Amino acid sequence: MPVVDLAKTSLRELNMALQQLGPTTNETDWTVLNPAGEHAIAAGVDAPVTITIAGPVGYYCGGMNKQATVLVEGSAGQGVGENMMSGLIHVKGDASQSAGATGRGGLLIVEGNASARCGISMKGIDIVVKGGIGHLSAFMGQSGRLVVFGEAGEALGDSLYEARLYVRGPVAGLGADCIEKEMRDEHRQELFELIKASGEAGTVDVSEFRRYGSARKLYNFNIDNVEAY
Amino acid sequence: MCGIAGLFIKDPTLEPDLGRLLALMTSTLRGRGPDSAGFAIYGDATPGLVKLTFAAPEGTEPEALAARLLSALGVGGIAAIRHSHAVVTLPAEDVARAEAWLAEHAPEASIMSAGNRLEIYKDVGDPDDVAAAFAIAQMGGSHGISHTRMATESAVTTDGAHPFSTGAEQCLVHNGSISNHASLRRALRQDGIRIRTENDSEVAAGYLTRKMRDGESLDEALTSSLKDLDGFFTFVVGTESGFSVLRDPIACKPAVMAETERYVAFASEFKSLTVLPDIASARVWEPKPATVYFWEHS
Repeated sequence: MPVVDLAKTSLRELNMALQQLGPTTNETDWTVLNPAGEHAIAAGVDAPVTITIAGPVGYYCGGMNKQATVLVEGSAGQGVGENMMSGLIHVKGDASQSAGATGRGGLLIVEGNASARCGISMKGIDIVVKGGIGHLSAFMGQSGRLVVFGEAGEALGDSLYEARLYVRGPVAGLGADCIEKEMRDEHRQELFELIKASGEAGTVDVSEFRRYGSARKLYNFNIDNVEAY
Repeated sequence: MCGIAGLFIKDPTLEPDLGRLLALMTSTLRGRGPDSAGFAIYGDATPGLVKLTFAAPEGTEPEALAARLLSALGVGGIAAIRHSHAVVTLPAEDVARAEAWLAEHAPEASIMSAGNRLEIYKDVGDPDDVAAAFAIAQMGGSHGISHTRMATESAVTTDGAHPFSTGAEQCLVHNGSISNHASLRRALRQDGIRIRTENDSEVAAGYLTRKMRDGESLDEALTSSLKDLDGFFTFVVGTESGFSVLRDPIACKPAVMAETERYVAFASEFKSLTVLPDIASARVWEPKPATVYFWEHS
């Protein structure tokens, strides 16, 4: 049960120790004290361990995460979980812009609000935000699911590929080629699984959500647009 | 990069802590811009008197320059010295004379600000060293803004540091880059706005000064800037009684705000807000793009 106090140990030492953990490590439960908004805490971890961070973190916390569970007991700066591959990142406070950007897998949970560009260019990650999200979220989202309990800002899902978006609250506006789509049983099922994974089964009703996805007119070649090429 | 911070105090019992809190907030942003720093503080006012703040040319004593200025004007004002800067308190009608005297007799002195309440201090070097040199932590006031600079558009000099003041009692800090600053600067200078440097952010300050001179309110001027400024920006702007925040329509640059019963605070990063009292119970949010946020003392 290593405890690392960032008031005494450098961030570089912490991240080196975490990045050296192998698949069979016995040091599976880490606590980080006094994070004080430092950037890139617990970035690049590739081991099945749990890292609890006692306070607010700066940019790119848990970036590139593989396998690890990262719990942030505070707010997270820009790009939390950016490009994560697998594992779980759970932010107990709010997340700044570009949360889960380009993520390829795993689950990112934000208890509070996220901000602009949440899930930008997501490529397989699942994101559950219990508050609202800002403008240009899921921009060019390729795959994965984004679930939002609150409201969404302007230009949701602009230039969207195949990421699936579920929003319970009002949406300020849809981006180019993003449309509302029918909620079928398969969607209610996957939405329920994500709500359950975020610990809210029974508290949030899937029927209150709307589904948004790609109209598929922008990324498929259209002969009528040949003059533009 | 660059780091910006602002603190607008609502509870007067917190006013003595303005400088201390702003210096702490700025210190946490050092990594965003270590080459220079500056602070604008709105402190006490004496009716009818204006504070003219200027930096003495390098290698000269601000005290001696302030004494020469006051003696030349023959008005018996008061001079306070902070590190390389002098604050000369003058009758309002003598400010233009004082500026003219400085331009003629000490052309290398830099006028930082003029206003009933505003004082601006800025210098090159580590932001913590700059704050300590000017004893910012000992200053009280109702609101203030600060900047840590990573120079991109103009040289690392005291004049290139923020905040910029292009009109009485007005100041601005900027994180971003403005592309059409050269043409705007020419137009503003032709229109009588004094812009002293080649810095893009000073042009933004001058733009707002012109709009307000021509009758717009601060929030109207900021709304106009969304149309006329080409580039990306987060601005924090101070006036005698007001405090305002604006991000460009894409919201390229980071910004986070907090509000409690006692204050409104702005910073480039959340960690800067963690030094404030009761931040755990504050309302914290990221300002929306192309949206003017404005607070004012009554």
